[in-house]
Amino acid sequence: MNPDTILPIVEKYHNRRGSLISILEEIQSQFGYLPGDALQVVADKTGKSLVDIYGVATFYRAFRLKPRGKHLTSVCLGTACHVRGGPSIAREFEDQLGIKCRGETTPDNEFTLETVMCLGACALGPVVVVDGHYFPNVNTGQVGSIIKRTREGLDRVEIHEDKRVFPVEVSCPRCNHTLMDAAHLVDGHPSIRVTVSYGEEHGWLRLSSLYGSYTVEAGSEIPMGTLAHFFCPHCHAELLGASNCIACDAPMVPMVVRGGAIIQICSRRGCKSHMLDLETSTVA
Amino acid sequence: MIKLKMNGVTVSVDEGSTILEAAQFMGFPIPTLCHMEGLSPYGACRLCVVEIGEGAKSKLVSSCTYRAEEGLTVRTSSARVVRARKMILELMVASCPQSKVIQDLASAYQVRQQRFRQEHETCILCGLCARMCSEQMMAHAIGFQGRGDHRALGTPFDMKSEKCRLCGGCMYVCPACQLRCTYTQPEQAICGGCANLSPPCLEKVQFDDMMCSMSPCVACEIKKD
Ligand code: SF4
Ligand code: SF4
Ligand code: SF4
Ligand code: FES
Ligand code: FES
Repeated sequence: MNPDTILPIVEKYHNRRGSLISILEEIQSQFGYLPGDALQVVADKTGKSLVDIYGVATFYRAFRLKPRGKHLTSVCLGTACHVRGGPSIAREFEDQLGIKCRGETTPDNEFTLETVMCLGACALGPVVVVDGHYFPNVNTGQVGSIIKRTREGLDRVEIHEDKRVFPVEVSCPRCNHTLMDAAHLVDGHPSIRVTVSYGEEHGWLRLSSLYGSYTVEAGSEIPMGTLAHFFCPHCHAELLGASNCIACDAPMVPMVVRGGAIIQICSRRGCKSHMLDLETSTVA
Repeated sequence: MIKLKMNGVTVSVDEGSTILEAAQFMGFPIPTLCHMEGLSPYGACRLCVVEIGEGAKSKLVSSCTYRAEEGLTVRTSSARVVRARKMILELMVASCPQSKVIQDLASAYQVRQQRFRQEHETCILCGLCARMCSEQMMAHAIGFQGRGDHRALGTPFDMKSEKCRLCGGCMYVCPACQLRCTYTQPEQAICGGCANLSPPCLEKVQFDDMMCSMSPCVACEIKKD
C-alpha cells in the first residue's frame, strides 16, 4: 500500500471532528477493505491514536480489515431466523467452508462468510443470501448445494429464467400477506399493490404482475429518478432488502413470489432493474 | 454552587460535580467499580446507581457520570437502589467469580446468592485499563475493539504494541486480573486468597491468548517468542 493514496483522503477532511468514519469509508471504497498500514497513516495524520481508530474500524460491521472473497455469504441470525434454526445453518457453513462466520474468507478467496441481523424477509426464514440471491427456508442439508451452486455461478442459471414473461403472485416478505389486488387489473392481470413514500409524499402504487412488464399506476405521479420507499399495506413494514441495484445503486425492494422465490425490483422510479431468484426455490 | 437534596440532606457542590462526588463529600457510601479518581468517568459497570427525582418520575442513574443539578433529589440507598445494586453485583460475580475486587464488593453489599451461570471472564469491560493507559500513562496502547459479545480489550491488530511501555498500569487497575495484587509475593498477602487462584492466562499455551498485551508479562514473565 502506498501512503500517497491515503494522504489526500485524510487531508480532504482537514482533521474535522467526526470525519474519521468518512475517511475510513473512502479508504475502504478504494481498497475494498481497510489495510493496516492505511490505519497507521490515518493515525499519524489525524493525531488520533491507532488504538481508537482500530476500535472504530472493528466496531462497525461496514468496515473490514481483510479483503473480501469473491462470494459474500450472509446467514441471517435475526430473531425470526434465529428461532427457526439460523445458528445451525451458520455452523454448517462454518464447518463446510472451514471458516468462522465473522467475516472470514476461505484461503482460495472464494467465500466470505458473515452473519447479519435480519434481512427483512423473516417470513422466509431461515434466510441465506449469497451475492444478493436469497435462499429461503434453508435447512442444514441444503448448505452443501448452496455452496456448490455458488461455485458454479448463480447468475448463469438466472439469465436463462429471466427471458420469460409470466404473471407472478407476490406477498410481503415480512408478514407473508399477499400483495395482490384482484379487484384492480393492470395489464389484464391482478395488480401488485404497495404503499410508497418519497420526500414528503405518501401514496399507493400498483405494479403489473406480469414479470417483464414495467406498467405502474400511482396515486400521484412519482417524478422519474426519485427513490421511493416501498411498504407493505398490511403490516406497514418497509420492503427493504440487503442488496442494491446493479444499474443505479438504489436499494432493491424484495417481494416473495409464491413458491418461495424472491423478486427484487429497483426502488428508483424509471429504473427497470430487477432480479428474480426463481431457482432458489428448487434448492434440493 | 449548586444545591441538591441527598437522602434528605441539602448539599451544595461546585457546578460540574457529579452526584458521586457530592455523595463522597457528604460521606454517603456508593460502591464503584469502573470509577477511579484521576480517570475520566465512563459509566460502564452501573454499580454506582442512585435514584433521582420524585415519585413516578424517579429513575436510576449512574452517579459517577451524572452531573449534579439544582434542586435534584437523590437517594443513595433506597430499596430500589439496593435491589439494583445487588443484582448488578450478582451478575458481576457470575461473569468474573475469580475477581477479588468483585468478591469483596459483593460481600460488603450483602450479596448472598449467585443464581447465574459462572463464566470466568478474563475481562468485565470496565475500561479502567484503557483509560489508565491513555490518560495517566499517555501511551494509548490498548483500547476497546469489536462490539457486542466480541467486544474486547487489546492492542490494534492484537500485536505487541510499540507504544506500550510495560509500565503495568493497566494490570494494576484491572479488577479481573487477580495477579496484580499479591501473586508474586503471596507470603506478604493479607488474605492469601490469590495464592489459591491461578492466573487466567497461565493455562494458555499461546502468548496470543494472553489477557494482557505485554511481553514479557510483568507478573508471570511469559515472553512472546
Ligand atoms: S503497561 Fe502498556 S498497555 Fe498497560 S498502561 Fe502501561 S503503557 Fe498502557
Ligand atoms: S482488562 Fe481489566 S481493567 Fe481492562 S476493561 Fe477488562 S476488566 Fe477492566
Ligand atoms: S500474561 Fe501475566 S500479567 Fe498478563 S494478564 Fe496474563 S497473568 Fe496477567
Ligand atoms: S430475521 Fe432473518 S430475515 Fe428477518
Ligand atoms: S462506577 Fe459508575 S458506572 Fe461504574
